[in-house]
Amino acid sequence: MIKKVAGPLVIAELTEAKKADLVFVGKQRLIGEVIELRGSSASIQVYEETAGLKVGDPVESTGAPLSVELGPGMIGAIFDGIQRPLDKLMLQAGAFIPRGLYVDPLSRTKKWPFVPLAAIGDEVKEGDILGTVQETALVSHKIMVPPGISGKIEKLDSGDFTIEETIAVVSGRPVAMLQKSPVRRRRRLGKKEPVSVPLVTGQRVVDTLFPIGKGGAACVPGPFGAGKTVIQHQFAKWSDADIIVYVGCGERGNEMTDVLKEFPELKDPKSGRPLMERTILIANTSNMPIAAREASVYTGAAIAEYFRDMGYHVALFADSTSRWAEALREMSGRLEEMPGEEGYPAYLGSRLADFYERAGGGRCQGKPERDGSLTIIGSVSPPGGDLSEPVVQNTLRVAKVFWGLDETLAHKRHFPAINWLLSYSLYADNLGRYFNEKVSENFSRLRQQALKLLAQEADLEEIVRLVGLESISPKEQLVLFVAKSLREDFLYQSAFDPVDQYSSLGKQHLILQTILDLYQLGEKALGLGVEIESIRKIGVMEKIARARFSTEAEILAIGPLLTDEFNNLRSGKNG
Amino acid sequence: MVKVNEIAGPLVLVQGVSGVAFDELVEVVLPTGEVRSGKVLEVSDDKALIQVFEGTEGLEIKNLTFRFKGKGLELPVSRDILGRIFSGLGRPLDGAPPVLPEKKLDVNGSPINPFARDYPDDFIQTGISTIDGLNTLSRGQKLPIFSGSGLPHSRIAAQIARQASVKNKDEKFAVVFGALGITYEESEFFIANFRKTGAIENSVLFINLASDPAIERIATPRLALTAAEYLAFDLEMHVLVIITDMTNYCESLREVSAARREVPGRRGYPGYLYTDMATLYERAGRIKGKNGSITLLPILTMPDDDKTHPIPDLTGYITEGQIILGRDLERKGIYPPIDPLPSLSRLRDKAIGSGRTREDHAGVANQLFAAYARGREVRELVVILGEAALSEVDKKYLHFADEFEDKFIRQSESENRTIETTLKLAWSLLKILPREELKRIKDEIIDKYADQG
Ligand SMILES: Nc1ncnc2c1ncn2[C@@H]1O[C@H](COP(=O)(O)OP(=O)(O)OP(=O)(O)O)[C@@H](O)[C@H]1O
Ligand SMILES: [Mg+2]
Repeated sequence: MIKKVAGPLVIAELTEAKKADLVFVGKQRLIGEVIELRGSSASIQVYEETAGLKVGDPVESTGAPLSVELGPGMIGAIFDGIQRPLDKLMLQAGAFIPRGLYVDPLSRTKKWPFVPLAAIGDEVKEGDILGTVQETALVSHKIMVPPGISGKIEKLDSGDFTIEETIAVVSGRPVAMLQKSPVRRRRRLGKKEPVSVPLVTGQRVVDTLFPIGKGGAACVPGPFGAGKTVIQHQFAKWSDADIIVYVGCGERGNEMTDVLKEFPELKDPKSGRPLMERTILIANTSNMPIAAREASVYTGAAIAEYFRDMGYHVALFADSTSRWAEALREMSGRLEEMPGEEGYPAYLGSRLADFYERAGGGRCQGKPERDGSLTIIGSVSPPGGDLSEPVVQNTLRVAKVFWGLDETLAHKRHFPAINWLLSYSLYADNLGRYFNEKVSENFSRLRQQALKLLAQEADLEEIVRLVGLESISPKEQLVLFVAKSLREDFLYQSAFDPVDQYSSLGKQHLILQTILDLYQLGEKALGLGVEIESIRKIGVMEKIARARFSTEAEILAIGPLLTDEFNNLRSGKNG
Repeated sequence: MVKVNEIAGPLVLVQGVSGVAFDELVEVVLPTGEVRSGKVLEVSDDKALIQVFEGTEGLEIKNLTFRFKGKGLELPVSRDILGRIFSGLGRPLDGAPPVLPEKKLDVNGSPINPFARDYPDDFIQTGISTIDGLNTLSRGQKLPIFSGSGLPHSRIAAQIARQASVKNKDEKFAVVFGALGITYEESEFFIANFRKTGAIENSVLFINLASDPAIERIATPRLALTAAEYLAFDLEMHVLVIITDMTNYCESLREVSAARREVPGRRGYPGYLYTDMATLYERAGRIKGKNGSITLLPILTMPDDDKTHPIPDLTGYITEGQIILGRDLERKGIYPPIDPLPSLSRLRDKAIGSGRTREDHAGVANQLFAAYARGREVRELVVILGEAALSEVDKKYLHFADEFEDKFIRQSESENRTIETTLKLAWSLLKILPREELKRIKDEIIDKYADQG
């Protein structure tokens, strides 16, 4: 029975409830979750708008925790923060989200072709693969033995089944394709391995300068309009993960619409299949109930871990984790907990750490042996762009890659507006070995050199601002010239150009190589007495500027032209 | 026995009630017979916390009666709301009788299912170059104007309302205007403008002036957006909603929050300010299968011209860009003083290009941004080093920035430029720069259009 209603928080007299139980609140049967118990008094966060609830209204516990449904039918779907399917909700209720309407996340009637992999008589335990369903052209959905079941396979079927029908019997217990898993419970890897393979994103500043590895954790903080969502969308489109889980957490409705509209039309660069065939969307936009926003990242993580356990490389994008933290703060405030920094609860840091710690890769549980990984990339939206605020600071403690978005760059429309002086990747060394082996042996060296030139540029600009360009040496002017090319012809990357939006590793390396060749040749030429003014005027710069839109072969052809042009400069000097 | 425990700020805490619902509407009746409306903010046992829209001035602990209405605040709607003027709480102000309702709508609305949204990608020509050329507005977009005290945001908003058009489309338009705590003069300026253009026939106005109760302002934008939803999604009209000034709205929220003794967030604003504003702003948009749309143009003044103040900051985090007015441009006598660099339209890239505006639009816009940004940097250098210290190229950038402000940004209040005029102007300005500097525009495009200017 309800005793108090304050926004999304309801306090009720509830004798038989456990913490984390799912409850139905009020006559409208709104969905809620028990977040605190004191005697017989339960604090409930309600996942729907609570207007109209009264003291004395009934509250009923389901006795089970808030769970996700796992099974075929998730790929290509769009769910809200507590996994209600938004497409089906629209079919039933129209364009606006009603209250008290529950729809099964996964279809109960659709039949999926199940192909067994194990055999009758096999001894199996949790995580072992029983068989597969080809869910989309890109995803073969592995049906695994659910937690708590083990023993001999007594029966194993083949053919078309709904997710609730029995496909196997293990030790006397029927197994269907549908599993339910508590949203807040973490699924563990068999063995976690260090990050050693990059998640290739096709974004030059990311892959080359501040790379993220499969199984890694990264964050993109930045003020509004700096490009967090665009870069997250770019990652979701182009990164070489097998499964994408995109959580729109407390952000704009149209950004989800954008994904829904674009992804079915865009083709995965590897397979040529529509990107939607590997993507799952969780949308709890800013105007949807705040408590469900808190749950949305867990719903996303639970789904992502499930696919990781099948042996996939999964990438989870959360935009924005700040909105999730604000939901925590909101509930904490309503619970009248002691506020910590900026009103956030004292457990903000540990919640964030728990979330990012779910990233990782390695050996999955169960047979056959397989490796999977979960990469987590969260955006952070600090008030006023101030990076000293608690969500950024707590995130930086756990995320290993920091892409700091810079307002000044965004205002100049330099995109991605990742500040190359502030950002870092703690995976750079590990992944450098991979790049050197797979792309080119000088990859790490070029990266170092580029970073150094960019840092020098910043120092030199400071001087130029005070005393003018004339006062620095030709060598230093060359640094400025090359750094400018690095910024404009390499780091700048348009998300909206059909060619430029994705750069293969090979192409990234070639552009960088060309620009750094320019530097080397320039240095040599200066040494031989060539004027910096003539270097600035070389014609091949136009080709370098167009390299972003060129093919690898075309970029390769720039090298000889560059050498020729410098030879001419030198002979012009001598002759 | 119902009794009042406490009256604090805009809040009344009553005890001894039963069956009261969270968020329901309540009428507070004074001994004089005066009736004020309020909303239930919290219910607990036999207590209810009530926020009184008209304020609690003159209320006594004794002698109040409460009528709980069993439903939230509603707006009666029908086609006849067009052409009407209402108070900030929805009462007729124009002397005409109340609207005969076709239905009554809960002013809180319900969230649009993201799956049901249609992406806003229809270009709206406002006739203002800095908007159309650089920070394009789309139908269904929410694009605020960040202003400062004394800057001409009202004139710009009125100009947009006058000039906004969509190419080759002849459809039903409406304007919804929400005034939140602005002066009588400002409000009259808009009303006179709507009258002059005849737009008043297709307008619905909700007016809460500076002299009206502050807490009422919390309801006003909800009424305005409810009217807009009805017009857009029931009557399928294209609705432009202008709400001014959101800063006053946020201050009223802060007042309520302080009275509730909530843990304050930044600068005393409540921690839920983001979410609260989002439930307003996200009501803009388009819906699949419906012809209408809600384009939302909220106006706010940045306290101290500070963009990092929570009100503009959180607004920017919710809306699809922002139009920022710059005091420097204003001081130079430039109208409209829209500063293009910090301004942004996130929907621009999907609303422009061949088939929508023109194929060169994106490249030209990106180049103008980059060049103007460089020009402004050079201008700062000049302050320290003098113009003589500049390289040849930088001198050109400096010249570009001056011309850009004078020719592109500046235009008259009655000048309605087509997008073609805007682009032509852009090309003529880009001619100032050497061709190698135009890296943001593809070669083919330069070849094809450069002579236009
Ligand atoms: N790589 C890019 N290429 C081209 N334009 C970009 C790129 N990144 C960002 N932009 C531009 O910047 C705008 C803002 O980007 P975005 O919406 O990602 O910002 P955000 O950081 O997510 O802001 P918020 O915190 O308010 O959500 C985009 O609409 C786009 O115009
Ligand atoms: Mg964003």
